[in-house]
Amino acid sequence: MEHGNEVLRIEHLHKEFEGNVIINDISLTVHKGEVIVVIGPSGCGKSTLLRCINALEDIQGGQILLDGVPVDRTAKNISRMREKIGMVFQSYDLFPHKTILQNVTLAPIKVQKRKKEDAEKEAVELLDRVGLADRKDDYPRQLSGGQKQRVAIVRALCMHPDILLLDEITAALDPEMVHEVLEVVLSLARSGSTMLIVTHEMAFARAVANRILFLDDGRIVEESADPKKFFACPETERAGAFLKTFDYE
Amino acid sequence: MQSLGLDVLFKGSNFIRLLEGLWVAVRISLISVVLSIVLGIPAGMLMTSRSRVIRALFRVYLEIVRIMPQMVLLFIVYFGTTRVFGWDLSAEASAIIVFVFWGCAEMGDLVRGALISIPRIQYESAAALGMNQLVSFRYVILPQTVRRLIPLSINLITRMIKTTSLVMMIGIVEVLKVGQQIIEANRKASPNAAFGVFATVFLLYFLICWPISTLASWLEKRWA
Repeated sequence: MEHGNEVLRIEHLHKEFEGNVIINDISLTVHKGEVIVVIGPSGCGKSTLLRCINALEDIQGGQILLDGVPVDRTAKNISRMREKIGMVFQSYDLFPHKTILQNVTLAPIKVQKRKKEDAEKEAVELLDRVGLADRKDDYPRQLSGGQKQRVAIVRALCMHPDILLLDEITAALDPEMVHEVLEVVLSLARSGSTMLIVTHEMAFARAVANRILFLDDGRIVEESADPKKFFACPETERAGAFLKTFDYE
Repeated sequence: MQSLGLDVLFKGSNFIRLLEGLWVAVRISLISVVLSIVLGIPAGMLMTSRSRVIRALFRVYLEIVRIMPQMVLLFIVYFGTTRVFGWDLSAEASAIIVFVFWGCAEMGDLVRGALISIPRIQYESAAALGMNQLVSFRYVILPQTVRRLIPLSINLITRMIKTTSLVMMIGIVEVLKVGQQIIEANRKASPNAAFGVFATVFLLYFLICWPISTLASWLEKRWA
């Protein structure tokens, strides 16, 4: 694990919804270049954790700091903060009325006020990296799920975020498309992107993670800086039971 | 077979008169449609309001419009208001008021439907890209809403054009009324005129509405 600059710090995060505690006192620090994979059973709060970091959910306690600045959904600077936090969702929510290139360049041009030519040049380069430069003038409906998800990753990357949040980005994909998307994420990890990833793909988690967080019932039950060891023999019984559900014997 | 009674159309200026009547119908619906769109968009946005009272008020308004026959509304506005409120409304003004009252509610409901049909994730992914509400509405939400709205509102326009056939009941001489007048005037000379004239009126409505509804289904397919 690298100990470099701190990018994200979460302190005693607490989130409730209609009286249910979703996130119960989670603290976490993410350093530059780290890839943290969050796993756990459905409903354990892992997706909510990512949504809180991007201030898509209101929180009832604790705080989230990005480069030392609080991420607060009610604050005036929230759009500026979100520019630095890239997020990719499960349902590859591209903008259906825009072409692939327009999807990718809309925010750089309209939010970051970058020159159209510069934004497009970079977009095409990044699309090329995920093998989709030739689809730039197509509309999202003409692409497969895996292709759309790769575009969604590029769309987030074009904003040059300090951290990338990936929320179960392969959960809605056909199995043969999962691989092409995860390849992209692996190459991002190798090139030093800071990422917080929620996934159900255990083999992928083991391959990509510097650190594993196992969540259950809104808490961090186990944290491991040695993913191989974690998947081979987890320390907590709860994590062991969870991992067993992926085995068929 | 008897004569189809088309001959009266070529007597004097009869056909021109029919076209003038058609223009009256089209004019009333055009003005009403434009006003309905202008008022219907804010109405639709209010229909998605967080306030329960505002939503309930618009719900009642929409129900009234849908339940009440347009003809009764026309009678109330044209005949009813004259003495009670002392309003001296022309028949055409009354017709436009009724059509806008109706169109604004229907248009508002279409706008409401289009707005809520945009998935929440679209708002969220715009926000996640650092767009503020204004940018997100302008570039992400509004274009998608308009695309859903245009085919639906075009259908509303054709319904309005067809419903203008009611305004002859408050004395407006539009295409259907002109047709009746022509038939009456030629009852002796061309007793079969009713078929020819009404069939022509039917064809005129078709010629106006058909391109419009074709456009609607073309847009619907293109933007689906």
